[in-house]
Amino acid sequence: VSASSIKTEKLAGWNRPPVIESDGEGELLEVAMGPHHPSTHGVFRMDVVLDGERVIKLKPVFGYLHRNHEQLGERQSYLASMPYTDRLDYFCSLTNNWAYALAVEKLVGQAVPERAEYLRVILAELTRIQNHASTIGFLLQEMGASGTPLMYAFREREKILDLFESLTGSRMMCNYMRFGGCRVDASPAWIEATRKVVSGLPSFVDEFENFLMTNEILMARCQGIGVLKPDLAVNAGISGPMLRATGVNYDIRKVDHYGIYDRFKFRVPLGDHGDIYDRYMVRMLEMRESISILNQALKDVPAGPVMDPKAKIRNFRPKAGESYGRIEAPKGELGFYLISDGSPNPYRYRVRPPSLINLTVLEDICLGSNVADVVLIFGSVDIVLGEVDR
Amino acid sequence: LKSVEEIKAAIEAAVPGAGVKVISNPAPIAQHSLLIDAQHAVAVAEFLRDDEDLALDYLSNVTGVDYLDKEISEKVKVTRQVPKEVDGVQQIVDETVEETRKHVEPGYLEAVYHLFSVAKKHGPVIVRFRSANRSDQVELPSLTPVWRSAEFQEREVFDLFGIVFTGHPDLRRILMWDEFKDYPMRRDYVEPDDFEYEPTPHDDVLKRAQEHKAKVAAGEVSQ
Repeated sequence: VSASSIKTEKLAGWNRPPVIESDGEGELLEVAMGPHHPSTHGVFRMDVVLDGERVIKLKPVFGYLHRNHEQLGERQSYLASMPYTDRLDYFCSLTNNWAYALAVEKLVGQAVPERAEYLRVILAELTRIQNHASTIGFLLQEMGASGTPLMYAFREREKILDLFESLTGSRMMCNYMRFGGCRVDASPAWIEATRKVVSGLPSFVDEFENFLMTNEILMARCQGIGVLKPDLAVNAGISGPMLRATGVNYDIRKVDHYGIYDRFKFRVPLGDHGDIYDRYMVRMLEMRESISILNQALKDVPAGPVMDPKAKIRNFRPKAGESYGRIEAPKGELGFYLISDGSPNPYRYRVRPPSLINLTVLEDICLGSNVADVVLIFGSVDIVLGEVDR
Repeated sequence: LKSVEEIKAAIEAAVPGAGVKVISNPAPIAQHSLLIDAQHAVAVAEFLRDDEDLALDYLSNVTGVDYLDKEISEKVKVTRQVPKEVDGVQQIVDETVEETRKHVEPGYLEAVYHLFSVAKKHGPVIVRFRSANRSDQVELPSLTPVWRSAEFQEREVFDLFGIVFTGHPDLRRILMWDEFKDYPMRRDYVEPDDFEYEPTPHDDVLKRAQEHKAKVAAGEVSQ
């Protein structure tokens, strides 16, 4: 990479990353971390300028997985985009489905039956648990704890994916939600199986926490590293566990009360320092809150249809207008912005990707730290390249 | 949260001449938006962020929308004087004809910002800015100095729609590669004829490959 490809024009007043001066000894080294670095979770590049071990400049480079998802969405009907949303954040296809269904339901004023709302909450919280467990597993993997924590996380994730498969037919590409409900109903046997899996989750979280929480290496490598300040986090549009780890109490489940989240009691875990450890800890605590929501939701799933019988499926043409629908996805605020001109295809189809926007501050929180910590900081942001590049 | 009309009044009081227009949204969700004069974008944005009642400190979503030039045809009745032979004598007579007149309403590029408040937990307030046209006057002021979250999103809008955000600290392509020409999310975008053809072309691909080879031979495209 040539040095001229990295340029930042200085502009007064903007919330820019701090400028770090070299200590003047030796030469600066410019390294392209990625696009095939194992810690980048896909194809992603960071152009890093190093002064010894210290990072003094970092520019993320995107687009290796870009397939213009938004244009695909505008070239086909509303429903035909639903399976494509699975491929955004392929760890959490069900929350992607929900966000898109919510935006379209807002656009046409579509109601969702009670049973479908319960199923959506159950599936979204299961998604959150498996996402957070895997994220922590990957973080530990990058810390050098090769294999074991990740295998513990994946063992639990597999159980949840089995539930997804038996309900939707697919482990990861679920394509389950529809405008006005869900595609298929859950059998009583599935609800029972879910109860069984959920009853085993607290002991998994306990076990995971016992291994990790007071681990000396984890504390040494995570505490005080990659610190993000709350005012910058809000200004930079950071969302999800990364925002809450800085101590900002903002959970869209509590703010927007979308779906039926106002019926469940749960707390919003907050961090204090905004470092890697807080991000890890917030995810750990969020898994516990998700288990609590699951227990409440699974107690009484009402009977009834899973699809609104009045929902229009064929010849679906929303009247002209626009809507922005957002949910609290495991990685942050996932929003869909739709403009309809009355035709069967959306005039504008926009995805607000939490993974991409959470990377806005990557440079800010990496500057000044060692190059080995960049890998951890990046891992603690929790991104999926399918969503970053779209 | 105040209604859009109240926000409009507040903006007009704080930033005189901001030219705020309410764009109503007929969808059931009724998220109306505010169209603001691009000249005053930064002043209005700072007001929205710093005002105590609004406190819109969280810019969630930035996106572009492309509206093509619209050809509007209307039928007009025109009276003209036409030479005509009446009873064997050449005369000039008034004749009314219906004529279709066409004029082009210029298209524009639009930047849409979805604002929320973390402090007050309300939103969205939707703000839009329009460029003068979609060819040579595509500049809009960047709001990255006001909300950092616009940094990558405005780069993406520049990359895919070609809106040039003046005052953006680092306006480069973000998803497409640097050498790429054209803006793929524009409504009139045509895919370039330069993709790699299959090694063993067949059917439709064969036809396109032959057409492409002919173009290369004629020197119309370079590769």
